[in-house]
Amino acid sequence: MSSGETSASEADGNGGMMAQQKNLEGYVGFANLPNQVYRKSVKRGFEFTLMVVGESGLGKSTLINSLFLTDLYSPEYPGPSHRIKKTVQVEQSKVLVKEGGVHLLLTIVDTPGFGDAVDNSNCWQPVIDYIDSKFEDYLNAESRVNRRLMPDSRVQCCLYFIAPSGHGLKPLDIEFMKRLHEKVNIIPLIAKADTMTPEECQQFKKQIMKEIQEHKIKIYEFPETDDEEEMKMVRKIKDRLPLAVVGSNTIIEVNGKRVRGRQYPWGVAEVENGEHCDFTILRNMLIRTHMQDLKDVTNNVHYENYRSRKLAAVTYNGVDNNKNKGQLTKPDTADGMSPLAQMEEERRDHVAKMKKMEQEMEQVFEMKVKEKLQKLRDSEAELQRRHEQMKKNLEAQHKELEDKRRQHEEEKASWEAQQRILEQQKLDASRTLEKNKKKKIF
Amino acid sequence: MSESAKPQPQGKGEKTHGGDSSYVGIDAILEQMRRKAMKQGFELNIMVVGQSGLGKSTLVNTLFKSKVSRKSVQPDPEERIPKTIEIKSISHDIEEKGVRMKLTVIDTPGFGDQINNENCWQPIMKFINDQYEVYLQEEININRKKRIPDSRVHCCIYFIPPTGHCLRPLDVEFMRRLSKVVNIVPVIAKADTLTLEERDYFKQTIREELRANGIDVYPQKEFDEDAEDRMINDKIREMIPFAVVGSDQEYQVNGKRILGRKTKWGTIEVENIAHCEFAYLRDLLIRTHMQNIKDITGSIHYETYRVRRLNESNIHFSAHLSDGPAVQPKANGQPEEQPPIAPQANGVAAQHEALSHEM
Repeated sequence: MSSGETSASEADGNGGMMAQQKNLEGYVGFANLPNQVYRKSVKRGFEFTLMVVGESGLGKSTLINSLFLTDLYSPEYPGPSHRIKKTVQVEQSKVLVKEGGVHLLLTIVDTPGFGDAVDNSNCWQPVIDYIDSKFEDYLNAESRVNRRLMPDSRVQCCLYFIAPSGHGLKPLDIEFMKRLHEKVNIIPLIAKADTMTPEECQQFKKQIMKEIQEHKIKIYEFPETDDEEEMKMVRKIKDRLPLAVVGSNTIIEVNGKRVRGRQYPWGVAEVENGEHCDFTILRNMLIRTHMQDLKDVTNNVHYENYRSRKLAAVTYNGVDNNKNKGQLTKPDTADGMSPLAQMEEERRDHVAKMKKMEQEMEQVFEMKVKEKLQKLRDSEAELQRRHEQMKKNLEAQHKELEDKRRQHEEEKASWEAQQRILEQQKLDASRTLEKNKKKKIF
Repeated sequence: MSESAKPQPQGKGEKTHGGDSSYVGIDAILEQMRRKAMKQGFELNIMVVGQSGLGKSTLVNTLFKSKVSRKSVQPDPEERIPKTIEIKSISHDIEEKGVRMKLTVIDTPGFGDQINNENCWQPIMKFINDQYEVYLQEEININRKKRIPDSRVHCCIYFIPPTGHCLRPLDVEFMRRLSKVVNIVPVIAKADTLTLEERDYFKQTIREELRANGIDVYPQKEFDEDAEDRMINDKIREMIPFAVVGSDQEYQVNGKRILGRKTKWGTIEVENIAHCEFAYLRDLLIRTHMQNIKDITGSIHYETYRVRRLNESNIHFSAHLSDGPAVQPKANGQPEEQPPIAPQANGVAAQHEALSHEM
């Protein structure tokens, strides 16, 4: 009855989403829904892709290690900064972290060589290409017929490291952020913040925010919530943007407490001390509170932007459109074809590929059969040869033995003859002895 | 002359001979030189090169304990990065205990700040060579001044950003080219970023890279005059590049007022050698090796330039003399390019041959 009423109200509303509020008379149990979602998500595990961009030597690897309290880049697998790069590369490393039964598959995308060369024009291009390719993979996976497994490797957050010059943004920073703010959530960070005194830091932050607004760069915006407390926290974070961070994984004793920090002759800069740097704010924001929001914004805003741009370019049936929008598309696919035709094409490709594979396999099979036959014949011949040889050997031995036997017989015969002679002699000798004895006796 | 010698304070040149009868007074020349120098004053031209935001102006202020940098002189506080490299030269007259010094600080804003930093060293090399050119012209003059104003760059302090890993390609390129025309003193800027272990590791890496690339920074090994020099300079060479921190603000530490930077976790004292090596840099540049720097600039770098220039103009001259060859040496007396001619005696002859062949 109640369901009938609610549906009636939906029908006569102007397509309004708000149904009538109904009070329940007992405990139904759908308050357990969040638990079910929770349990399912925990079982499934979470994924998060984080990209770090900045010049070498700004402490990116150290910060990643500090954020996730693991040694992603350890002495055995040194981070990209220890390897000199000639061109900008994009590298990704995956790690599975577990905490309290929750799995997080963390992918860190690093960009060694960024901004290090003498001529850094277009050093952002590999980064843009990478992000677009991840979007494209996801788009293709989404458009497939069979889409049970959809791995999400889109870049959900980009931490951009600003060198602590104390003056303002460099032209490279501005160029990079201008090109990437529509593709990924950019969170600008001030690296190595222990270089600056608090006043310098404040001024630097103000200068950076001013320049960001001047150039109309859209960095990641914290969402507004209705909750008053959360709003307070969000506002506090907003005041301290861009976050000035210090990274370290070495533990030092300070006043009897063991803290992570950097030891200088004049003091210890603590990583987790809110007065020293904004590391705790970054960690809480990135991991504890806003991770899901980052993923949502990536999915709903950046990915949708990419998708609509890509598909609109396709339906306008022009290769030019694709090129103008600066998309990185593979030249063979989607040139002027609707998605259905594209699928047909794909299917045809697939069938052709299968046929080719089949032919190839048959060829390979034939070849293998021939080889095997050849081998068998060879081994037969070999065996035959050996057989012959063994027979010969055997005969030779046989003959040898025969010879020996004959020899032996001859020897035996001669020996017997000798024995007889000896016997005869002995007999003769004994006879003569007897004769002598007889003679002697007498 | 000898009357003024007698009442001289018995300075370091004094040798107690049998009596005043064997004292000639040659050592009094030191005092005469001192007085003359004090009257004339000294000149020092320092160039600071490095990316923006590395603390160059602050360091210069700290070195000379007064606001001599470009930023302190410029009235507008706007910190914009110029689109191309500019060379700004500011001169000050400072005095200490009766000794006057004309200090010129040459700043290079915009170096290494662009996206494409190809050839960013060229304006700087052009500037240095221009200064040599001015001095040369004055020297060649028929009626030349008694004291040629010396605007040649004596020393170039190159600021290396404290990445902690290795030298960047830009650093290597720049230092390689400029170590041939000017004395380069590399320093690690903003050294309060690095812990002591990181600092040692970084310095070692830098020294190895400098050696691997054949970059000869001041104090150059080949210009050590004797064993004593070599010993002192070896000690210095073990320490370059100096890890410096600059500051022009004073804080109270242990009852003393000292220059430093105050952070939430401690105060970095600029002149404390346990904290940073600023004191060594200052001693090197000002207290002990200033004259040596100027000498090397004058007698070696400038002479190299002079030889090259005069050879060029020789060829230019002789090229004119022979029957109008179409080939002019491409440098054509311009000092900004590195001409392909080596400053050797047979280089000139070789060029002659080349020209005559091409005819």
